[in-house]
Amino acid sequence: MSTEATYPKDHFLSGGWDLKSWLLTTDHKRIGILYLLSISAMFVLGGIYAGLIRWNLLVPDGSHMSADTYNKTFTAHGVIMVFFFLIPSIPAVLGNFLIPLMIGAKDLAFPKLNLLSWYVYVLGAGITLYALLAGGLDTGWTFYTPYSTVFAQSNVEFAAIGIFVAGFSSILTGLNFIVTIHTMRAPGMTWFRMPLFVWAHYATAIIQVLGTPVVAITILLVALERIFHFGFFDPARGGDPILFQHLFWFYSHPAVYIMILPSMGVISELITCFSRKRVFGYSFIAMSSLAIAAIGFLVWAHHMFVSGMAVYSAMVFSALTYLVAIPSAIKTFNWTATLYKGSVSWETPMIYVFCFLGLFLIGGLTGLFLGNLGTDVHLTDTYFVVAHFHYIMVGGAIMGYLGAIHFWWPKITGRRYSEAWGRLSAVLIFVGFNLTFFPQFLLGYLGMPRRYYVYPDEFQVLNVLSTAGATLLGFGYLFPSFYLLHSLFKGKPAGDNPWGAKGLEWTVSSPPPTHNFETVPVVTEEAYDYAKPPKEAVVV
Amino acid sequence: MNPAMPLLPERASSYAGEVDALFYFIVAVTVFFTVGVSIALVFFAVKYRRRSDADRPEEIHGSLALELTWTLIPLGIVVVMFVWGAKVFFHMNRPPDDAMTVSVVGKRWMWKLQHPTGQREINELHVPVGRSVKLVITSEDAIHSFFVPAFRIKKDAVPGRYNVAWFRATKTGTYHLFCAEYCGTEHSKMIGRVVVMAPEAYQTWLAGGPPPESPVVAGEKLFTELNCVTCHRPDSAGRGPVLQGLFGRSVKLASGDTVVADEAYVRESVVNPAAKVVAGYQPVMPTYQGQVSEEQLISLVAYIESLQVPTEASR
Repeated sequence: MSTEATYPKDHFLSGGWDLKSWLLTTDHKRIGILYLLSISAMFVLGGIYAGLIRWNLLVPDGSHMSADTYNKTFTAHGVIMVFFFLIPSIPAVLGNFLIPLMIGAKDLAFPKLNLLSWYVYVLGAGITLYALLAGGLDTGWTFYTPYSTVFAQSNVEFAAIGIFVAGFSSILTGLNFIVTIHTMRAPGMTWFRMPLFVWAHYATAIIQVLGTPVVAITILLVALERIFHFGFFDPARGGDPILFQHLFWFYSHPAVYIMILPSMGVISELITCFSRKRVFGYSFIAMSSLAIAAIGFLVWAHHMFVSGMAVYSAMVFSALTYLVAIPSAIKTFNWTATLYKGSVSWETPMIYVFCFLGLFLIGGLTGLFLGNLGTDVHLTDTYFVVAHFHYIMVGGAIMGYLGAIHFWWPKITGRRYSEAWGRLSAVLIFVGFNLTFFPQFLLGYLGMPRRYYVYPDEFQVLNVLSTAGATLLGFGYLFPSFYLLHSLFKGKPAGDNPWGAKGLEWTVSSPPPTHNFETVPVVTEEAYDYAKPPKEAVVV
Repeated sequence: MNPAMPLLPERASSYAGEVDALFYFIVAVTVFFTVGVSIALVFFAVKYRRRSDADRPEEIHGSLALELTWTLIPLGIVVVMFVWGAKVFFHMNRPPDDAMTVSVVGKRWMWKLQHPTGQREINELHVPVGRSVKLVITSEDAIHSFFVPAFRIKKDAVPGRYNVAWFRATKTGTYHLFCAEYCGTEHSKMIGRVVVMAPEAYQTWLAGGPPPESPVVAGEKLFTELNCVTCHRPDSAGRGPVLQGLFGRSVKLASGDTVVADEAYVRESVVNPAAKVVAGYQPVMPTYQGQVSEEQLISLVAYIESLQVPTEASR
C-alpha cells in the first residue's frame, strides 16, 4: 500500500499486443480477458434486447412491435443472457484469471484446453447469433416442446446446435478447474486454507461437468426431432412433451447455481477484505456451496407443479426445494456476522456487496413462494417468477460480477478507477434495479402472465414504473464501461495490493507477471488472516 | 392509463382465501428476514466503520451455537411453510364429488369450453356462483395453461393428457382468463373471461341458445359411427371389455397392474389401446389416434362415463 505505487515493467500484457499473442495464447490471464471482451459484447446485446422488451411493454396494446418480433426479442434476451453471459461470466473471466493466482499455480492444469474452451464458446455464440439474426428464434430460452419441435416456424435448429456447442465450453472450463484445484495447489495451500472463491468455483465446476451434458443432449434432441421427426416429445407419435421439461430443468435449475455460486464466492472475498475480518464460519460457507450443488440437482420439478404431475411427486420436490434454501440462508447469516466488530470501509466493491446482499435476500426469500405448492399455482408463469429470478440472476449474480470486476480491476489492469464514479454507478444500479423488478412482483401477484406482448390496461402503471427503472439501470450499466476504460489510460498505478487484501493474488505485481510467481509460494496461514497486516509478499 | 389500478388481485373462489393466507404468511417471513438482516448490515457497517487505516480488528472464527441456531430456526420455518402449502395444494387438487364437469381444450390461440349439458363456448366460460366446477383440461397442439387469477387457479393444458382442476366461484362478476404457458405468436391474445352468474341467471343463460347436443349424446353417436359397439358389447360376448359400469372402477391389466378407469385412462385406451390392455383380452384394438378430435374424445369419454349397469345410455 505504498503511496508511490508504480506500474511494473514486465507483466502478462507486456509480452505484446499483436493478434497472434492473443489468439494463440495459453496464458489463463489473457484467456480470461478474451472471455471478458466476448461476454461483455454479449451482455450489451442482451441488454439491448431487454431495452426493447421494456419499450414494448410501456403500452398495453402492443403497438410498438409485432407479436412475432416481441417473441423473438424476449427469446433472444433470455438465450444470450443465460447461455452466453451469465453461465460463463464469473467462472470464465475471473475464475480463469484468479484461480491459478489464488492457489499459487502458474496456470490452469490444461492451458491449451482452456484456450479451446474459448474458441468453442465463440463458435457456439456465432452459430446461435446467426440463428437469432437469420429467421430468429421464438421458443423462449426454455424451448418447451411440442411448441419448439412441431409448431415454431423460426430458426430453432441452428440456435439449438449453437447452445449444444457452447455447452462444451462450459464442460471444459469446469473440468479444467476441478483438475487444477485438485492437483496444482501450492505447498501449504490445504483444502481448508483455500479462498472461498475457489471453493465456490469447485462446486460450480461439478455442476458444469455433471449437468451440462444433459441439457446439451436435450436441446440436440429438439433439433433432431425437428429435422427427422423422431417423436421423443410428440404425443401423437407416442412421445411425451413433459419429458422434455424434466430433462431441461434437470440442468437448467442447477444452472442457476452455476450463476450464483461463483458470485457467492466473490462476496466472501470482498466482505472479508473490506471488514478486515476472517470470514465468519469459513467451513459452513464452504460446505454450503457443496450442499447447494448437491441438493440443487434434486429440485428441478418445482418448475412443473401445474403441469399435472402427481400430488405426491410435487410434495417431494417442494420439500427438497425448501431444503436447498437452508445453505443460502447460512451463507447470508455468516456474511452478516463477518461485519461484526470488523473494520468496515465503504469502497466501491463493498457497495456492491451491500447491493448483492439486499437483492439476494429478496431474491432468495421470494423463492419460498415458488417452492411452496399452495402459492406456486397462482404465481408460476407470471411476472412474479420473472421478478424472482432477476433478483437472483441480476441482483445476485451480476452484482457479484460487477463487485468482482471492481475489486480485481486494479489487479488485472494495474490501474485505479475513479472511486466517486464507481460508488455512484453502484447506487444507480441498485435503485434502477429495484424500480425495474419490484413492480413485477406486484404484477405477478395480480396475475399478469409472462411473455405477454399485450396486456390488460390495469397493469400499465406498474409496467411504466418497471420501464422507467430499466432506463436508470441501463445508465447504471453504461457508466462503468466509461470510467473503467478511462482508467486504463489515465488511472493511477494500483500497486500490488491497493485494498490491503489477503490472498496470494495480491502478493504479485499488478498486472501479474506472465508466469504468476517467480518462485513457488508456500502458504503458512489460513485464508483471510486479517489480524496480521498483509505482507508485501508471503513468498518464502 | 387506467385510473382504477388494483394493487391486490380479486378473491373470487372458495380457496382463494386459503392461498392468500399462506401468501401473506410467507410475505411476513420475507419481510422479517429482509428487514432484520438489512438492519444488522447497516448497523454493523456504520458502527464498525473503519476509523483508521491501522485498524486490525480481533479475529472471530465463528460459533457453532450460532450456526446451529440459524440453520435450525429457518429449517423449522420452512417445514411449517411446506406442510401448509402441501395442505392447500391437496385441497386444490381434489375436486368435490358433486362438481359439474366442464371440458377445456386449448388450441392456438383460443380456449374451447363445453358444459355438461352440451353448450359450447369459446374464450368465455359462464358458471353459476357457489357451484363446484371440475375442469378436464387438454390441448390440441402446444402446451397452454388455464389461469384465472381471481380464482388462484392454474393448470397446464398438455396435449395427450387430461389434467384436472376445480374451483367454486364465490362472487358474481367477470374475471380474466389467461393462457399462462407460452404457446407462440398470439399467446398473449389467448385470453378470455369467466362470467360468474347467480344460479337463476345461469339457468336462463343455458336456456338461451339453440338446444345443444350433450357430450353424452354426441359420444353415443360416435360410438356407433366408429363401430366401437361391435367389440365392446354390453353382454360380455365381445372381443373387447364390457364398458357398462366401467368408469371409476379399478381395472386389472394384463401386465398385473391395476388402474382406476378415469378420463385419462379411457382417453388413452382409445388413442393408444395397446398401452394398458385389460387382463383376459388380446391387444387387438386398432388405434383411433388422428381419427377423432380432442373434442370428440371428450364426448366419447362422457358417453362411456355415463354407461351404467344395466345398459342405459343416459345418467
